Amino acid sequence: MNAKTLTRSLWVFHVACSPCNNCDIEILDTLTPRYDLERFGIQLVGSIRHADVLLVSGVVNKKIVSRLKRLYAQAPKPILVVAVGNCACSEILFRNSYNTCGPVDKIIPVDAYIPGCPPKPEAMIMGVVKLIRSMTQKSDNKSK
Amino acid sequence: MTDKNKKRTIIPIGPYHPLQEEAEFFKLYVEGEKVVDMDIEIGYMHRGIEKLSESMHYDQSAFLVERICGICSNSHPFAYVNAVEDLAGFEISIRAKYIRSVIGELERLHSHLLWLGLAGHFIGYNTVWMWSWKYRELVNDIFEFITGNRQHYGMMKIGGVRRDIENKDIPQIEKMCDNLIPVLNMFKGAVMDDPVIHARTKNVGILPKNVAIDYCVVGPTARASGIDIDVRRDDPYAAYNLVDWKVIVGKNGDVFDKAAIRILEMFESIKIIRGCLNGLKKEPEGNFDLKVKEIPVGEGIGRHEAPRGEVFHYVKSDKTNRPARHKIRAPSYVNIASNKYAVIGQTISDAALILAAVDPCYCCTERVTVIDKRKNKILMNGFDLIKLSQEKTEKLRKKHA
Repeated sequence: MNAKTLTRSLWVFHVACSPCNNCDIEILDTLTPRYDLERFGIQLVGSIRHADVLLVSGVVNKKIVSRLKRLYAQAPKPILVVAVGNCACSEILFRNSYNTCGPVDKIIPVDAYIPGCPPKPEAMIMGVVKLIRSMTQKSDNKSK
Repeated sequence: MTDKNKKRTIIPIGPYHPLQEEAEFFKLYVEGEKVVDMDIEIGYMHRGIEKLSESMHYDQSAFLVERICGICSNSHPFAYVNAVEDLAGFEISIRAKYIRSVIGELERLHSHLLWLGLAGHFIGYNTVWMWSWKYRELVNDIFEFITGNRQHYGMMKIGGVRRDIENKDIPQIEKMCDNLIPVLNMFKGAVMDDPVIHARTKNVGILPKNVAIDYCVVGPTARASGIDIDVRRDDPYAAYNLVDWKVIVGKNGDVFDKAAIRILEMFESIKIIRGCLNGLKKEPEGNFDLKVKEIPVGEGIGRHEAPRGEVFHYVKSDKTNRPARHKIRAPSYVNIASNKYAVIGQTISDAALILAAVDPCYCCTERVTVIDKRKNKILMNGFDLIKLSQEKTEKLRKKHA
Protein backbone atom coordinates (compact mmCIF):
# COMPACT_ATOMS: atom_id res chain seq x y z
CA MET A 1 0.00 0.00 0.00
CA ASN A 2 1.15 3.50 -0.82
CA ALA A 3 2.16 5.57 2.19
CA LYS A 4 0.25 8.51 0.75
CA THR A 5 -3.06 6.81 1.45
CA LEU A 6 -2.23 7.28 5.11
CA THR A 7 -2.12 11.06 4.82
CA ARG A 8 -5.86 11.64 4.35
CA SER A 9 -8.06 10.90 7.32
CA LEU A 10 -6.13 9.07 9.97
CA TRP A 11 -8.04 6.69 12.20
CA VAL A 12 -6.43 6.43 15.54
CA PHE A 13 -6.34 3.63 18.06
CA HIS A 14 -5.27 4.85 21.45
CA VAL A 15 -3.50 2.48 23.78
CA ALA A 16 -2.90 3.61 27.35
CA CYS A 17 0.22 1.82 28.57
CA SER A 18 0.14 2.70 32.26
CA PRO A 19 0.19 6.48 31.81
CA CYS A 20 -0.97 8.96 34.43
CA ASN A 21 -4.05 9.72 32.31
CA ASN A 22 -3.06 13.26 31.51
CA CYS A 23 -1.90 12.50 28.00
CA ASP A 24 -5.12 10.58 27.49
CA ILE A 25 -7.16 13.55 28.65
CA GLU A 26 -5.26 15.84 26.34
CA ILE A 27 -5.75 13.41 23.45
CA LEU A 28 -9.49 13.53 24.05
CA ASP A 29 -9.21 17.31 24.39
CA THR A 30 -7.77 17.58 20.91
CA LEU A 31 -10.82 15.73 19.58
CA THR A 32 -13.42 17.78 21.46
CA PRO A 33 -14.83 21.17 20.36
CA ARG A 34 -12.05 23.64 21.27
CA TYR A 35 -9.36 21.94 19.15
CA ASP A 36 -11.60 19.62 17.14
CA LEU A 37 -9.19 17.43 15.23
CA GLU A 38 -12.17 15.43 14.01
CA ARG A 39 -12.84 18.02 11.35
CA PHE A 40 -9.80 16.64 9.50
CA GLY A 41 -11.23 13.15 9.62
CA ILE A 42 -8.98 12.12 12.48
CA GLN A 43 -10.95 10.08 14.96
CA LEU A 44 -10.57 7.44 17.62
CA VAL A 45 -11.69 3.96 16.63
CA GLY A 46 -12.58 1.00 18.80
CA SER A 47 -10.38 -1.62 17.19
CA ILE A 48 -6.76 -1.72 16.13
CA ARG A 49 -7.84 -3.50 12.94
CA HIS A 50 -9.54 -0.32 11.74
CA ALA A 51 -6.69 1.98 12.67
CA ASP A 52 -3.96 3.75 10.71
CA VAL A 53 -2.23 5.17 13.74
CA LEU A 54 -1.32 3.51 17.02
CA LEU A 55 -1.14 6.15 19.70
CA VAL A 56 0.87 5.04 22.71
CA SER A 57 0.96 6.97 25.97
CA GLY A 58 2.68 6.14 29.22
CA VAL A 59 5.54 4.03 30.46
CA VAL A 60 5.03 0.45 29.39
CA ASN A 61 4.76 -1.77 32.45
CA LYS A 62 5.34 -5.50 32.67
CA LYS A 63 1.70 -6.42 32.58
CA ILE A 64 1.00 -4.43 29.47
CA VAL A 65 4.09 -5.05 27.33
CA SER A 66 2.85 -8.34 25.85
CA ARG A 67 -0.45 -6.71 25.00
CA LEU A 68 1.27 -3.83 23.25
CA LYS A 69 3.32 -6.24 21.14
CA ARG A 70 0.18 -8.15 20.29
CA LEU A 71 -1.67 -4.98 19.31
CA TYR A 72 1.19 -4.02 17.02
CA ALA A 73 1.14 -7.47 15.45
CA GLN A 74 -2.61 -7.28 14.91
CA ALA A 75 -2.45 -3.87 13.26
CA PRO A 76 -2.92 -3.68 9.49
CA LYS A 77 0.39 -2.57 7.97
CA PRO A 78 1.59 0.05 7.24
CA ILE A 79 0.80 1.45 10.67
CA LEU A 80 2.15 4.66 12.12
CA VAL A 81 3.15 4.54 15.76
CA VAL A 82 3.10 7.78 17.72
CA ALA A 83 4.54 8.02 21.23
CA VAL A 84 2.70 10.72 23.17
CA GLY A 85 4.20 12.29 26.25
CA ASN A 86 7.55 12.17 27.97
CA CYS A 87 6.79 8.78 29.53
CA ALA A 88 6.35 7.09 26.17
CA CYS A 89 9.31 8.96 24.64
CA SER A 90 11.87 8.51 27.40
CA GLU A 91 10.21 7.24 30.61
CA ILE A 92 11.34 10.35 32.53
CA LEU A 93 11.29 9.75 36.25
CA PHE A 94 9.87 6.25 35.99
CA ARG A 95 13.05 4.91 34.38
CA ASN A 96 14.24 3.44 37.69
CA SER A 97 10.98 1.72 38.49
CA TYR A 98 10.96 -2.06 38.92
CA ASN A 99 7.85 -2.48 36.84
CA THR A 100 8.64 -0.72 33.57
CA CYS A 101 9.95 -2.22 30.36
CA GLY A 102 11.67 0.68 28.73
CA PRO A 103 10.39 3.43 26.45
CA VAL A 104 8.04 2.50 23.62
CA ASP A 105 10.73 2.52 20.92
CA LYS A 106 12.50 -0.35 22.68
CA ILE A 107 9.39 -2.47 22.21
CA ILE A 108 7.88 -1.47 18.87
CA PRO A 109 9.17 0.87 16.12
CA VAL A 110 8.01 4.46 16.61
CA ASP A 111 7.36 6.94 13.78
CA ALA A 112 6.76 10.13 15.73
CA TYR A 113 7.49 11.42 19.21
CA ILE A 114 5.39 14.10 20.88
CA PRO A 115 7.19 15.07 24.10
CA GLY A 116 5.63 17.05 26.91
CA CYS A 117 4.17 16.27 30.29
CA PRO A 118 1.49 16.30 29.04
CA PRO A 119 1.94 17.78 25.53
CA LYS A 120 -0.51 20.59 24.91
CA PRO A 121 -3.23 19.90 22.34
CA GLU A 122 -1.46 22.36 20.04
CA ALA A 123 1.71 20.27 20.30
CA MET A 124 -0.22 17.14 19.41
CA ILE A 125 -1.75 18.80 16.37
CA MET A 126 1.75 19.97 15.36
CA GLY A 127 2.98 16.40 15.74
CA VAL A 128 0.23 15.06 13.51
CA VAL A 129 0.92 17.75 10.91
CA LYS A 130 4.63 16.86 10.86
CA LEU A 131 3.82 13.18 10.61
CA ILE A 132 1.52 13.72 7.65
CA ARG A 133 4.09 15.98 5.97
CA SER A 134 6.81 13.34 6.34
CA MET A 135 4.49 10.70 4.91
CA THR A 136 3.71 12.88 1.92
CA GLN A 137 7.40 13.57 1.30
CA LYS A 138 8.19 9.88 1.58
CA SER A 139 5.61 8.96 -1.02
CA ASP A 140 6.71 11.86 -3.29
CA ASN A 141 10.31 10.68 -3.16
CA LYS A 142 9.23 7.17 -4.04
CA SER A 143 7.19 8.30 -7.03
CA LYS A 144 10.19 10.29 -8.35
CA MET B 1 -34.31 -24.36 37.31
CA THR B 2 -31.20 -25.37 39.16
CA ASP B 3 -27.97 -23.46 38.97
CA LYS B 4 -26.45 -26.04 36.65
CA ASN B 5 -29.11 -25.58 33.97
CA LYS B 6 -28.77 -21.84 33.86
CA LYS B 7 -26.60 -20.59 31.06
CA ARG B 8 -23.98 -18.29 32.41
CA THR B 9 -22.04 -16.18 29.97
CA ILE B 10 -18.92 -14.22 30.69
CA ILE B 11 -18.61 -10.81 29.11
CA PRO B 12 -15.10 -9.43 29.27
CA ILE B 13 -14.76 -5.64 29.27
CA GLY B 14 -11.20 -4.58 28.62
CA PRO B 15 -8.27 -4.39 29.14
CA TYR B 16 -8.55 -2.32 25.97
CA HIS B 17 -12.11 -1.44 25.30
CA PRO B 18 -13.49 1.48 23.29
CA LEU B 19 -15.51 2.59 26.31
CA GLN B 20 -12.56 2.94 28.57
CA GLU B 21 -9.87 5.47 28.61
CA GLU B 22 -7.62 3.43 30.85
CA ALA B 23 -6.73 -0.22 30.76
CA GLU B 24 -8.68 -2.24 33.26
CA PHE B 25 -10.41 -5.58 33.05
CA PHE B 26 -13.94 -6.34 34.17
CA LYS B 27 -15.41 -9.77 33.87
CA LEU B 28 -19.20 -9.68 33.92
CA TYR B 29 -20.97 -12.96 34.53
CA VAL B 30 -24.41 -12.70 32.96
CA GLU B 31 -27.50 -14.86 32.77
CA GLY B 32 -29.56 -13.60 29.89
CA GLU B 33 -29.50 -9.84 30.31
CA LYS B 34 -28.88 -9.86 34.01
CA VAL B 35 -25.49 -9.42 35.61
CA VAL B 36 -25.06 -12.03 38.33
CA ASP B 37 -21.44 -11.62 39.27
CA MET B 38 -18.45 -9.50 38.53
CA ASP B 39 -14.69 -9.69 38.77
CA ILE B 40 -12.29 -6.82 38.57
CA GLU B 41 -8.69 -7.19 37.55
CA ILE B 42 -6.38 -4.26 37.85
CA GLY B 43 -2.63 -3.83 37.72
CA TYR B 44 -2.31 -2.46 34.20
CA MET B 45 -1.24 0.90 35.57
CA HIS B 46 1.19 -0.12 38.26
CA ARG B 47 4.41 1.86 38.09
CA GLY B 48 5.92 1.32 41.53
CA ILE B 49 5.48 4.89 42.72
CA GLU B 50 5.79 4.23 46.45
CA LYS B 51 9.15 2.56 45.91
CA LEU B 52 10.34 5.31 43.57
CA SER B 53 9.35 7.92 46.11
CA GLU B 54 11.70 6.37 48.65
CA SER B 55 14.59 6.98 46.26
CA MET B 56 13.79 10.64 45.74
CA HIS B 57 14.32 13.90 47.53
CA TYR B 58 11.31 15.31 49.40
CA ASP B 59 10.81 18.00 46.78
CA GLN B 60 11.15 15.53 43.92
CA SER B 61 8.57 13.31 45.58
CA ALA B 62 5.99 16.07 45.29
CA PHE B 63 6.76 16.11 41.58
CA LEU B 64 6.49 12.34 41.41
CA VAL B 65 3.20 11.91 43.27
CA GLU B 66 1.71 14.55 40.99
CA ARG B 67 2.27 12.04 38.20
CA ILE B 68 0.28 9.32 39.92
CA CYS B 69 -2.82 10.55 38.21
CA GLY B 70 -3.57 13.21 35.67
CA ILE B 71 -7.19 13.87 36.55
CA CYS B 72 -6.61 14.46 40.24
CA SER B 73 -3.01 15.53 39.76
CA ASN B 74 -3.19 18.08 42.56
CA SER B 75 -4.75 15.78 45.17
CA HIS B 76 -1.75 13.57 45.67
CA PRO B 77 0.83 16.34 46.16
CA PHE B 78 -1.74 18.10 48.36
CA ALA B 79 -2.06 15.08 50.65
CA TYR B 80 1.69 14.50 50.48
CA VAL B 81 2.63 18.01 51.59
CA ASN B 82 -0.01 17.75 54.32
CA ALA B 83 1.70 14.55 55.50
CA VAL B 84 5.21 16.04 55.49
CA GLU B 85 4.01 19.19 57.24
CA ASP B 86 2.26 16.99 59.80
CA LEU B 87 5.47 15.09 60.49
CA ALA B 88 7.63 18.20 60.71
CA GLY B 89 5.05 20.39 62.43
CA PHE B 90 5.24 23.28 59.95
CA GLU B 91 2.52 25.92 59.99
CA ILE B 92 2.21 27.46 56.52
CA SER B 93 1.16 31.03 55.85
CA ILE B 94 -2.50 31.92 55.39
CA ARG B 95 -1.80 33.08 51.84
CA ALA B 96 -0.39 29.67 50.89
CA LYS B 97 -3.44 28.04 52.48
CA TYR B 98 -5.81 30.09 50.36
CA ILE B 99 -3.86 29.36 47.17
CA ARG B 100 -3.82 25.64 47.90
CA SER B 101 -7.58 25.62 48.37
CA VAL B 102 -8.14 27.55 45.14
CA ILE B 103 -6.12 24.98 43.17
CA GLY B 104 -7.83 22.08 44.96
CA GLU B 105 -11.29 23.35 44.12
CA LEU B 106 -10.46 24.25 40.51
CA GLU B 107 -9.32 20.69 40.14
CA ARG B 108 -12.62 19.43 41.52
CA LEU B 109 -14.43 21.53 38.92
CA HIS B 110 -12.41 20.14 36.04
CA SER B 111 -12.62 16.56 37.29
CA HIS B 112 -16.39 16.64 37.81
CA LEU B 113 -16.94 18.22 34.39
CA LEU B 114 -14.79 15.50 32.87
CA TRP B 115 -16.80 12.80 34.64
CA LEU B 116 -20.08 14.38 33.59
CA GLY B 117 -18.95 14.27 29.98
CA LEU B 118 -17.90 10.64 30.16
CA ALA B 119 -21.15 9.66 31.91
CA GLY B 120 -23.08 11.45 29.15
CA HIS B 121 -21.04 9.53 26.61
CA PHE B 122 -21.85 6.23 28.34
CA ILE B 123 -25.61 6.74 28.16
CA GLY B 124 -25.39 7.92 24.58
CA TYR B 125 -25.65 11.66 25.14
CA ASN B 126 -22.66 12.68 23.12
CA THR B 127 -23.82 16.29 23.17
CA VAL B 128 -23.34 16.35 26.93
CA TRP B 129 -19.88 14.88 26.39
CA MET B 130 -18.84 17.49 23.86
CA TRP B 131 -20.36 20.34 25.86
CA SER B 132 -18.79 19.42 29.13
CA TRP B 133 -15.39 18.97 27.52
CA LYS B 134 -15.81 22.27 25.73
CA TYR B 135 -16.61 24.10 28.95
CA ARG B 136 -13.92 22.23 30.85
CA GLU B 137 -11.51 24.26 28.75
CA LEU B 138 -12.65 27.34 30.67
CA VAL B 139 -11.33 25.73 33.84
CA ASN B 140 -8.12 24.79 32.05
CA ASP B 141 -7.78 28.43 31.04
CA ILE B 142 -7.97 29.48 34.70
CA PHE B 143 -5.30 26.90 35.51
CA GLU B 144 -3.09 28.15 32.74
CA PHE B 145 -3.60 31.71 33.96
CA ILE B 146 -2.71 30.89 37.59
CA THR B 147 -0.10 28.15 37.30
CA GLY B 148 1.13 28.29 33.72
CA ASN B 149 0.09 24.70 33.05
CA ARG B 150 -3.09 23.18 31.74
CA GLN B 151 -2.48 19.93 33.58
CA HIS B 152 0.06 18.92 36.24
CA TYR B 153 0.02 22.31 37.90
CA GLY B 154 3.12 21.81 40.04
CA MET B 155 1.84 24.20 42.71
CA MET B 156 2.25 22.15 45.89
CA LYS B 157 5.50 22.46 47.79
CA ILE B 158 6.50 21.49 51.30
CA GLY B 159 6.03 24.66 53.33
CA GLY B 160 3.80 26.51 50.91
CA VAL B 161 3.14 26.84 47.21
CA ARG B 162 5.45 27.36 44.27
CA ARG B 163 3.83 30.42 42.75
CA ASP B 164 1.89 33.30 44.19
CA ILE B 165 -1.45 34.52 42.89
CA GLU B 166 -0.82 38.24 42.52
CA ASN B 167 -3.52 40.57 43.76
CA LYS B 168 -3.77 42.33 40.41
CA ASP B 169 -4.75 39.02 38.79
CA ILE B 170 -7.58 38.28 41.21
CA PRO B 171 -10.35 40.28 39.42
CA GLN B 172 -9.54 38.40 36.20
CA ILE B 173 -9.79 35.02 37.96
CA GLU B 174 -13.08 36.08 39.56
CA LYS B 175 -14.41 37.02 36.15
CA MET B 176 -13.36 33.65 34.73
CA CYS B 177 -15.17 31.91 37.61
CA ASP B 178 -18.29 33.97 36.93
CA ASN B 179 -18.27 32.71 33.35
CA LEU B 180 -18.56 29.18 34.70
CA ILE B 181 -21.84 29.81 36.58
CA PRO B 182 -24.16 29.90 33.50
CA VAL B 183 -22.42 26.76 32.21
CA LEU B 184 -23.05 24.91 35.47
CA ASN B 185 -26.67 26.10 35.49
CA MET B 186 -27.05 24.74 32.00
CA PHE B 187 -25.72 21.34 33.05
CA LYS B 188 -27.90 21.38 36.14
CA GLY B 189 -30.95 21.96 33.95
CA ALA B 190 -29.85 19.42 31.36
CA VAL B 191 -29.35 16.61 33.87
CA MET B 192 -31.96 17.39 36.54
CA ASP B 193 -34.90 18.03 34.20
CA ASP B 194 -34.32 15.52 31.43
CA PRO B 195 -36.86 12.64 31.62
CA VAL B 196 -34.62 10.27 29.65
CA ILE B 197 -31.67 10.80 31.98
CA HIS B 198 -34.05 10.25 34.92
CA ALA B 199 -35.22 6.97 33.39
CA ARG B 200 -31.68 5.81 32.71
CA THR B 201 -30.14 6.74 36.04
CA LYS B 202 -32.80 6.75 38.77
CA ASN B 203 -32.94 3.52 40.80
CA VAL B 204 -30.02 2.17 38.78
CA GLY B 205 -26.98 0.80 40.55
CA ILE B 206 -28.21 1.58 44.04
CA LEU B 207 -25.67 1.43 46.84
CA PRO B 208 -27.66 1.56 50.12
CA LYS B 209 -26.24 3.39 53.10
CA ASN B 210 -25.43 0.32 55.21
CA VAL B 211 -23.64 -1.39 52.29
CA ALA B 212 -21.75 1.81 51.54
CA ILE B 213 -20.56 1.85 55.15
CA ASP B 214 -19.53 -1.81 54.91
CA TYR B 215 -17.50 -1.14 51.79
CA CYS B 216 -15.99 1.99 53.39
CA VAL B 217 -16.64 4.06 50.27
CA VAL B 218 -15.54 7.69 50.28
CA GLY B 219 -16.21 10.92 48.48
CA PRO B 220 -19.22 11.57 46.25
CA THR B 221 -19.97 7.84 46.13
CA ALA B 222 -20.46 7.81 49.91
CA ARG B 223 -22.26 11.13 50.02
CA ALA B 224 -24.72 9.93 47.35
CA SER B 225 -25.62 7.05 49.67
CA GLY B 226 -26.36 9.45 52.49
CA ILE B 227 -23.10 9.20 54.43
CA ASP B 228 -22.15 12.68 55.57
CA ILE B 229 -18.35 12.60 55.26
CA ASP B 230 -15.95 15.10 53.81
CA VAL B 231 -12.35 15.48 54.93
CA ARG B 232 -12.42 19.17 54.11
CA ARG B 233 -14.97 19.70 56.89
CA ASP B 234 -14.24 16.80 59.26
CA ASP B 235 -10.49 17.39 59.49
CA PRO B 236 -9.93 20.92 58.20
CA TYR B 237 -6.68 21.68 56.42
CA ALA B 238 -5.58 24.50 54.09
CA ALA B 239 -8.25 27.22 54.00
CA TYR B 240 -11.36 25.08 54.13
CA ASN B 241 -12.29 26.23 57.62
CA LEU B 242 -11.73 29.88 56.71
CA VAL B 243 -14.44 30.09 54.06
CA ASP B 244 -18.15 29.38 54.04
CA TRP B 245 -19.42 26.33 52.19
CA LYS B 246 -21.47 23.21 52.83
CA VAL B 247 -21.24 19.48 52.18
CA ILE B 248 -23.79 18.12 49.69
CA VAL B 249 -25.34 14.83 50.79
CA GLY B 250 -27.78 12.69 48.79
CA LYS B 251 -29.90 9.81 50.02
CA ASN B 252 -30.68 7.17 47.36
CA GLY B 253 -27.20 6.10 46.30
CA ASP B 254 -28.21 5.57 42.67
CA VAL B 255 -26.41 6.88 39.60
CA PHE B 256 -28.66 9.92 39.46
CA ASP B 257 -27.72 10.97 42.98
CA LYS B 258 -24.04 10.54 42.19
CA ALA B 259 -24.40 12.81 39.18
CA ALA B 260 -26.52 15.36 41.04
CA ILE B 261 -24.06 15.52 43.92
CA ARG B 262 -21.18 16.18 41.58
CA ILE B 263 -23.07 18.96 39.84
CA LEU B 264 -24.09 20.61 43.12
CA GLU B 265 -20.54 20.24 44.46
CA MET B 266 -19.26 22.30 41.56
CA PHE B 267 -21.36 25.25 42.77
CA GLU B 268 -19.86 24.83 46.24
CA SER B 269 -16.38 24.74 44.69
CA ILE B 270 -16.97 28.08 43.02
CA LYS B 271 -18.19 29.43 46.37
CA ILE B 272 -14.95 28.24 48.03
CA ILE B 273 -12.80 29.75 45.27
CA ARG B 274 -14.59 33.10 45.62
CA GLY B 275 -14.16 33.00 49.40
CA CYS B 276 -10.45 32.20 49.05
CA LEU B 277 -9.88 34.96 46.50
CA ASN B 278 -11.59 37.44 48.85
CA GLY B 279 -9.31 36.21 51.64
CA LEU B 280 -6.23 36.55 49.42
CA LYS B 281 -6.94 40.24 48.87
CA LYS B 282 -6.46 40.89 52.60
CA GLU B 283 -3.19 38.94 52.92
CA PRO B 284 0.22 40.50 52.17
CA GLU B 285 1.66 39.45 48.82
CA GLY B 286 4.79 37.35 48.55
CA ASN B 287 4.42 35.49 51.84
CA PHE B 288 3.65 32.06 50.43
CA ASP B 289 6.65 29.84 51.13
CA LEU B 290 8.48 28.78 54.29
CA LYS B 291 11.69 27.80 52.41
CA VAL B 292 12.05 24.48 54.21
CA LYS B 293 15.59 23.12 54.40
CA GLU B 294 15.42 20.07 56.61
CA ILE B 295 12.85 17.44 57.50
CA PRO B 296 13.16 16.09 61.08
CA VAL B 297 12.72 12.47 62.16
CA GLY B 298 9.13 11.36 62.53
CA GLU B 299 6.05 10.14 60.78
CA GLY B 300 3.04 12.00 59.54
CA ILE B 301 -0.24 11.50 57.77
CA GLY B 302 -1.91 13.78 55.29
CA ARG B 303 -5.40 13.72 53.91
CA HIS B 304 -7.15 15.57 51.16
CA GLU B 305 -10.65 15.35 49.76
CA ALA B 306 -9.89 14.61 46.12
CA PRO B 307 -12.71 14.86 43.56
CA ARG B 308 -13.25 11.13 44.08
CA GLY B 309 -12.91 11.00 47.84
CA GLU B 310 -10.31 10.91 50.52
CA VAL B 311 -6.65 10.57 49.51
CA PHE B 312 -4.41 9.34 52.27
CA HIS B 313 -0.63 9.68 52.43
CA TYR B 314 1.71 8.40 55.12
CA VAL B 315 5.32 9.55 55.21
CA LYS B 316 8.07 8.35 57.52
CA SER B 317 11.29 10.26 57.83
CA ASP B 318 14.68 9.13 59.14
CA LYS B 319 16.37 12.55 58.86
CA THR B 320 17.88 11.81 55.47
CA ASN B 321 16.67 13.88 52.54
CA ARG B 322 14.43 11.09 51.33
CA PRO B 323 11.23 9.57 52.76
CA ALA B 324 11.99 6.27 54.52
CA ARG B 325 8.49 5.05 53.77
CA HIS B 326 5.73 6.56 51.70
CA LYS B 327 2.34 4.91 51.69
CA ILE B 328 -0.49 6.07 49.47
CA ARG B 329 -4.15 5.14 49.50
CA ALA B 330 -6.33 6.52 46.75
CA PRO B 331 -10.13 6.90 46.92
CA SER B 332 -10.91 4.75 43.90
CA TYR B 333 -9.31 1.80 45.62
CA VAL B 334 -12.25 1.51 48.02
CA ASN B 335 -14.87 2.84 45.62
CA ILE B 336 -14.20 0.31 42.87
CA ALA B 337 -14.94 -2.59 45.23
CA SER B 338 -18.44 -1.24 45.78
CA ASN B 339 -19.12 -1.73 42.07
CA LYS B 340 -19.53 -5.38 42.76
CA TYR B 341 -22.56 -4.76 44.92
CA ALA B 342 -24.06 -2.05 42.73
CA VAL B 343 -23.81 -3.91 39.44
CA ILE B 344 -25.23 -7.29 40.45
CA GLY B 345 -28.86 -7.74 39.42
CA GLN B 346 -28.71 -4.96 36.86
CA THR B 347 -28.82 -5.38 33.09
CA ILE B 348 -25.69 -5.38 30.94
CA SER B 349 -26.73 -2.15 29.28
CA ASP B 350 -26.63 -0.35 32.61
CA ALA B 351 -23.39 -1.98 33.71
CA ALA B 352 -21.04 0.40 31.92
CA LEU B 353 -22.78 3.40 33.46
CA ILE B 354 -22.73 1.90 36.95
CA LEU B 355 -19.07 0.98 36.66
CA ALA B 356 -18.34 4.55 35.65
CA ALA B 357 -20.57 6.12 38.28
CA VAL B 358 -17.99 5.93 41.05
CA ASP B 359 -15.62 7.88 38.78
CA PRO B 360 -12.95 5.21 39.00
CA CYS B 361 -9.37 6.22 38.55
CA TYR B 362 -7.08 3.28 38.05
CA CYS B 363 -3.86 5.23 37.87
CA CYS B 364 -4.48 6.33 41.43
CA THR B 365 -5.53 2.95 42.62
CA GLU B 366 -2.72 0.72 41.60
CA ARG B 367 -0.31 1.06 44.43
CA VAL B 368 -0.33 -2.62 45.34
CA THR B 369 0.86 -5.62 43.43
CA VAL B 370 -1.11 -8.37 45.12
CA ILE B 371 -4.86 -8.29 45.01
CA ASP B 372 -6.91 -10.46 47.28
CA LYS B 373 -10.17 -11.41 45.74
CA ARG B 374 -13.22 -13.49 46.43
CA LYS B 375 -12.61 -17.24 46.75
CA ASN B 376 -9.06 -16.34 47.79
CA LYS B 377 -7.99 -15.91 44.22
CA ILE B 378 -4.83 -13.90 44.10
CA LEU B 379 -3.57 -11.93 41.16
CA MET B 380 -0.02 -10.71 41.11
CA ASN B 381 1.85 -8.34 38.94
CA GLY B 382 4.32 -10.78 37.37
CA PHE B 383 3.64 -12.53 34.07
CA ASP B 384 3.74 -16.09 35.28
CA LEU B 385 1.62 -15.49 38.30
CA ILE B 386 -1.04 -13.87 36.17
CA LYS B 387 -0.94 -16.75 33.76
CA LEU B 388 -1.21 -19.25 36.58
CA SER B 389 -4.04 -17.37 38.11
CA GLN B 390 -5.83 -17.03 34.80
CA GLU B 391 -5.51 -20.74 34.21
CA LYS B 392 -6.94 -21.37 37.63
CA THR B 393 -9.85 -19.07 36.92
CA GLU B 394 -10.35 -20.84 33.64
CA LYS B 395 -10.55 -24.17 35.43
CA LEU B 396 -12.98 -22.82 37.98
CA ARG B 397 -15.04 -21.34 35.20
CA LYS B 398 -15.22 -24.66 33.39
CA LYS B 399 -16.29 -26.32 36.59
CA HIS B 400 -19.06 -23.80 37.11
CA ALA B 401 -20.24 -23.74 33.52
